[in-house]
Amino acid sequence: MRVVVQGLSVWGPGLAGWPHAERVLRREDTWQDGPVTPPPAQCLPANERRRSGPLTRLALAAAEEASQQSGLQPSSLRGVFACSNGDGAIVDSILSAITTEGGEVSPTQFHNSVHNAPAGYWTIGHHTHVPAVALGCYDWSFAQGLLKAVAECLVEKTPTVLVVYDLPIPGPIGKARVTENPFGCAFVLQPDTTQDGICVLDITYGATTTQQDEVLHPDLMKLVPTNPAARALPLLEKIASRTEGTVKMASVPGSLSIAVTPC
Amino acid sequence: MNPFVLTAGTIVSAIGHGLAEQCHALKTRQSGLIPCDFFGITTGYIGRVSGVESHVITHGPSAFACRNNALADMACQQDGFEHAVQDAITFYGADRIAVVVGTSTSGILSAENAYLDVDAQTGFPPQTFHQSGTQDLFSLPRFLAERLGTKGPLLTVSNACASSSRAFVDARHWLEAGLCDAVIVGGADSLCRMTLRGFASLGLVSDGPTRPCDAARNGISVGEAAGFVLLEREGARPQVPALARLAGYGVSSDGHHMSSPDPQARGAIIAMQDALKQADLEPDHIDYINLHGTGTVVNDSMEDQAVSTVFGKKVPCSSTKGWTGHTLGASGILETMMSIGLMKSGFIPGCLNVTQLDPSFQSSVLTDNENRPVRRVMSNAFGFGGTNCSLIFEAA
Repeated sequence: MRVVVQGLSVWGPGLAGWPHAERVLRREDTWQDGPVTPPPAQCLPANERRRSGPLTRLALAAAEEASQQSGLQPSSLRGVFACSNGDGAIVDSILSAITTEGGEVSPTQFHNSVHNAPAGYWTIGHHTHVPAVALGCYDWSFAQGLLKAVAECLVEKTPTVLVVYDLPIPGPIGKARVTENPFGCAFVLQPDTTQDGICVLDITYGATTTQQDEVLHPDLMKLVPTNPAARALPLLEKIASRTEGTVKMASVPGSLSIAVTPC
Repeated sequence: MNPFVLTAGTIVSAIGHGLAEQCHALKTRQSGLIPCDFFGITTGYIGRVSGVESHVITHGPSAFACRNNALADMACQQDGFEHAVQDAITFYGADRIAVVVGTSTSGILSAENAYLDVDAQTGFPPQTFHQSGTQDLFSLPRFLAERLGTKGPLLTVSNACASSSRAFVDARHWLEAGLCDAVIVGGADSLCRMTLRGFASLGLVSDGPTRPCDAARNGISVGEAAGFVLLEREGARPQVPALARLAGYGVSSDGHHMSSPDPQARGAIIAMQDALKQADLEPDHIDYINLHGTGTVVNDSMEDQAVSTVFGKKVPCSSTKGWTGHTLGASGILETMMSIGLMKSGFIPGCLNVTQLDPSFQSSVLTDNENRPVRRVMSNAFGFGGTNCSLIFEAA
């Protein structure tokens, strides 16, 4: 399955948007740990921005940056949003409320608790009727999301934005499901391989092979296990290197083999 | 669209275990709704699956034991589904069969119970809480693959109440892309405090049994269900009879509001029109529309507007949620299975519990059952976040 990557974004510790992350991944800049502060979602009116919370802010910042880079209208892109934990802060708050005597569930929190909330805010912000799917695939949310987004992009013959993001969870759930850092990334995928872009991805899926390439950057290697979305880093590093090569990525079951060719 | 067929299917809901019991309840107009008595919550009515609390999962690791997977396991045991999957594994190979399923809350009831037993000193949930096997969204397809022995790619779709409808679309993408030869498509959602209390907080739970399309409707009854079908390319296994054909789908976003549908119904209209277009059908080729019909004031009005815009008064429609309650992310697969049953049995169920049909409605809503041939059904699902999905099934 061949697609052209026309836009990218990364937000994680010491990785503040694609231009900055690309320099770090190419080792032109040193990596420095720091808080993850993606910009507020400009596409949302102020009241929706307030209501939507940090998970939507992270997802929309990534989607927005990748779309802008692609030059395509955000409202024209099919959306594939993949996330393991959902909005852990909201889920923790609701779980606390319903298991505490006299606790009240907040109606706003309840409707924001749906897994497709960031996808919903994206479509609201861009006033679009184009569909967006929300996936939840635990530690493999990036690989399953990529496999789904590439298939959808090619079968529907429509540019597609893949957005993968997760945040640490507070409270008791967060002690059972440990996510140490925020991390989000986005890819705009173009099905027409005659078009220009950043690189071409040629993806093959093998259900019976289990292979996983590591990121080579010694600091970023430590980030990978701290967030499911950070499993994108080996692929992002290969893309940033602007060299040809193949990245293997564990899927469930099996693995993806992603051949990267710079445009 | 290349033709895909459903070669096996199974369902459990408040009106029965397996398709025959669903059809019998629909035919005899017997609702499965009962007053809510779930963990001390007494608001409204619920559609509870009998036997789920005592059901023991005998296949697969115990880490997956939770109410949602118990429902899924019960469904696996109905309608010859496990055997049908085994036959497909023999024919295609286990690694060529994917699992693409929808759920909105997975096994969150297990997390709720864990929160009642948090260590006050450390803040840790009890060690018996297996987050990844229960509350996590990916638990369901991982459990099913273990349970049924498939080894193809797995996916969980969580688009709120459109989850298991949307799963058909994602399954079709993987089939068309050649990543698999057959897909177990469907979903499960199970009763939990979070959805019962959450919908109550929004003022969306009906005091009495839900009555979709009634002038005095005032909300949903929350239900639970699990169901799965086997979706594959038409003609790939000619010796296996098809239950139905997936003729087309339409998916869209409202782009309007997180929890209120667009009053102009534009997203819903697009989903229905796109489904007809993809199936290459005219509106009057559809024999019956199974409405999302949740029983809330705004959903049913919006949907009536959308259906009457696309279909006028030509096509009979109804909601079956008066029987089962709103099974949230599982409503798509539940109503898919009902559609198959109606095509086989040749009748259309009119909405239950309607005293007076909403006089503002412009579409052709049935309130009594009608015996008539059913060759093509459209099934609608809409969810929070403004997500819409319309599926068209036709008799194979």
